[in-house]
Amino acid sequence: MITRIIVAFGAVVGIVIAALIGASVPGLRPLIGVALPYVAFAIFLVGFILKVVNWAKSPVPFRIPTTGGQEFSLPWIKWSKIDNPSTTGGVIMRMFFEVCCFRSLFRNMRTDLRSGWLIHHPTKWLWLLALGFHYSFLIIAIRHLRLFVQPVPGFVETLDAVDGMFQIGIPPIYLTDIFILLCVTGLLIRRLCLPKMRFMSLVADYFPLFLILGIVISGLLMRFVYRVDITAVKALATGIASFHPVMPEGIGAIFFVHIALVSTLLAYFPFSKLMHMGGVFMSPTRNLANTNRMAYHENPWRKPPKFHSYEEYEDMYRDYMKEAGLPLERE
Amino acid sequence: MAKELTPQEMMRIDLRPPTRDWMDIPTVIKPGIYCYPAKPEKVEIVGMPNGHVWSPVEEDWGLPEDWKETFLEGMRERLDKHRSFKIFMDICVRCGACADKCHFFLGSGDPKNMPVVRAELIRSVYRGEFTKAGKILGRLAGGRKITEDVLKEIWYYMFQCTECRRCSLFCPYGIDTAEVTIIGRELLNLFGLNINWIQEPVANCYETGNHLGLLPHTFKQNIEFMCMDIEEFVGIKIDPPFNKKGAEILFTTPSGDVFAEPGIFTLAGYLMLFEHIGLDYTWSTYNSEGGNFGFFTSLDMAQRLNAKIYAEAKRLGVKWILGGECGHMWRVVHQYMNTFNGPPDFLEEPVSPITGTKFENAKSAKMVHLTEFTADLIKHNKLKLDPSRNDHLKVTYHDSCNPSRGMGMFEEPRYVIKNVCNNFYDMPENTIREQTFCCGSGAGLNAGEDMELRLRGGLPRANAVKYVHERFGVNMLSCVCAIDRAVLPASMEYWVPGVDVCGVSELVANALIMEGENDRSLNLRGEPIPGRGEVTEDV
Repeated sequence: MITRIIVAFGAVVGIVIAALIGASVPGLRPLIGVALPYVAFAIFLVGFILKVVNWAKSPVPFRIPTTGGQEFSLPWIKWSKIDNPSTTGGVIMRMFFEVCCFRSLFRNMRTDLRSGWLIHHPTKWLWLLALGFHYSFLIIAIRHLRLFVQPVPGFVETLDAVDGMFQIGIPPIYLTDIFILLCVTGLLIRRLCLPKMRFMSLVADYFPLFLILGIVISGLLMRFVYRVDITAVKALATGIASFHPVMPEGIGAIFFVHIALVSTLLAYFPFSKLMHMGGVFMSPTRNLANTNRMAYHENPWRKPPKFHSYEEYEDMYRDYMKEAGLPLERE
Repeated sequence: MAKELTPQEMMRIDLRPPTRDWMDIPTVIKPGIYCYPAKPEKVEIVGMPNGHVWSPVEEDWGLPEDWKETFLEGMRERLDKHRSFKIFMDICVRCGACADKCHFFLGSGDPKNMPVVRAELIRSVYRGEFTKAGKILGRLAGGRKITEDVLKEIWYYMFQCTECRRCSLFCPYGIDTAEVTIIGRELLNLFGLNINWIQEPVANCYETGNHLGLLPHTFKQNIEFMCMDIEEFVGIKIDPPFNKKGAEILFTTPSGDVFAEPGIFTLAGYLMLFEHIGLDYTWSTYNSEGGNFGFFTSLDMAQRLNAKIYAEAKRLGVKWILGGECGHMWRVVHQYMNTFNGPPDFLEEPVSPITGTKFENAKSAKMVHLTEFTADLIKHNKLKLDPSRNDHLKVTYHDSCNPSRGMGMFEEPRYVIKNVCNNFYDMPENTIREQTFCCGSGAGLNAGEDMELRLRGGLPRANAVKYVHERFGVNMLSCVCAIDRAVLPASMEYWVPGVDVCGVSELVANALIMEGENDRSLNLRGEPIPGRGEVTEDV
């Protein structure tokens, strides 16, 4: 199991080293700084779409919501409109809470066996770390728009201001930078230290964690330690975004590490478990209303069943049935 | 069981998994955990492939020569037919939220019973055989090829899942192990690798109309015997209708209720309730099974067995269908039946003939759950009840997995119980309603030979019962599931002696004040009701 951790860590270190080498060769800089992001983003976009289309090609033959509350039944019984939705509005709410608040993870519980008793107690750690990580990542991604778009949109400015409102240090550190560092580290520690987690974890579980940690650390180093020329970076980013790429001089090597890691994440995304981002919206146990007995749900590949008909049954057991006084279709 | 374990020995469970890679841990098929293989003739009756004599503990499982191609072709076909399966193969992040939610894991500590790992048994084959990364990188990408050992491992663990869906409730993406197990079992059935405890009921149900293979006259007799008991204990005569054309309602319930204790007392409950309200209904010997072991075999088989319900309703010309107390039957009826064999346009939208209530939630499938029906009757004061007859009972209620997480029926049974019993105590909140634990023997695993598995899987449920037993003196575990009634007595006897098991309808019938009844000093089991028998004798 250690092998899996080493392989994942080694892969990320390998990317960092490759980027550092690339950055030191002037001829390779445009390759890492410009070509790689283009290719990676194209793979991400096309790969993501193809994956989702591939999922969508498989039909949903049965309506199989996992019901998490009282069904809609008799009018005087209070039903759980969100956890067991019977309307489209309810499904939208259920999906909203699932996607935006991680509702199911919020339910999480830990079960321990202590002196003959199974004790179930709520645990919010996974929920907290996951939520903290995802929102920080989202905000950081939006903040990065200020590098790509000129003039910077108002909402990005606002987000930036709020995120940096505590004005700690120079340049001020963002709250989301702290959160993402804590949360990713927490998720990694959880995976590395809990025996159950280590047992189930694959290279594909450690790799994205190390990769994202690498992205976060290289980003922070760029901002606070090996300061890069932000004007040059912005020139590069706006160039990429406007399809008129330029490769400005004087960008530090750490930037190339950052960009290589981000590109790897993008290109790796469609082929990995990270596709849960798209999959969560399409999960039939969550995105269907519990209207099973209320409305007909069609199965596109349904075939009429071959079953033992009543006539065959009566032919088989006529004598018994007659003797028992059961009504018959044919005497 | 290889050797009889005491509850204390059984409780020595280590929930910490080993430090080795799970792919390197060989699967040893243990007695007490596995069920006996399907008999070839039972496979053939229903026209399923590759029925043959084999044994899980022998080296050679008698697989056909081209089994690998068949397996992979079967998997590809199912990936194309089920979005659920396809997505669940791709998006699991192995966050671990499901790991300690499974009753089999909690009761055994077997790390491959963590739902995530059980699904990984198949997911690893998906990666190794269907994805580029897995084909090239193999284990590095978490992939493996399908081999005989892998197939055997899949078999062993697909029959250690009761499709209860508790893991699916906690999964952030709703990944449902039941879907994986359903499809895993379908694949195994391509090679005749079912267990006989499932295959024989399927074959029986196909021909005789019920799992137990009760022939028409026997089915009728069993119910009539129950009527004789009712006459003796309650003092009223009931003459139930069979295969009656033109009845308003067709009643369908699992055949387990017609066969063994304590299910038969639930049956008595049905008979008395219908007599009490003068319901125009009929039993059917042709469709004498509400349950559906086909569902534990393949969705195709489930559809074929299920087809009889609507076919019989049509033949008899009833208006709608009422379904008895059963767990997986209701998952099939609620989530599959209409799609399988509907829409039943020859039926009418269900309306209670007693209260006039329209069952809006069943207006398309036209089948109503008996507990919904009873709750409505009580709400409209249509039942004459004396709950004090159940005063010697301290009752708790076990939410069956399927009506809980595949339907959401929580309030109706509690409403009914509280109206027919004065002492009701719910189990701790993390073990009931949508978070309920399986009885440990669902999905066709209620055989005798896998008793150790059943007791282990039954531990989390039993443990919660033990809590209310010790704290409130609970002595009756009620439920709305025939498999629960068949298996929980063994689990209670082992883990919580002193707690009996009953169906909700039995509690209802004990409280029913029937017209022309005797002094009701006996309950439906023929046992004197404490505090009542003596009074009569004093007079």
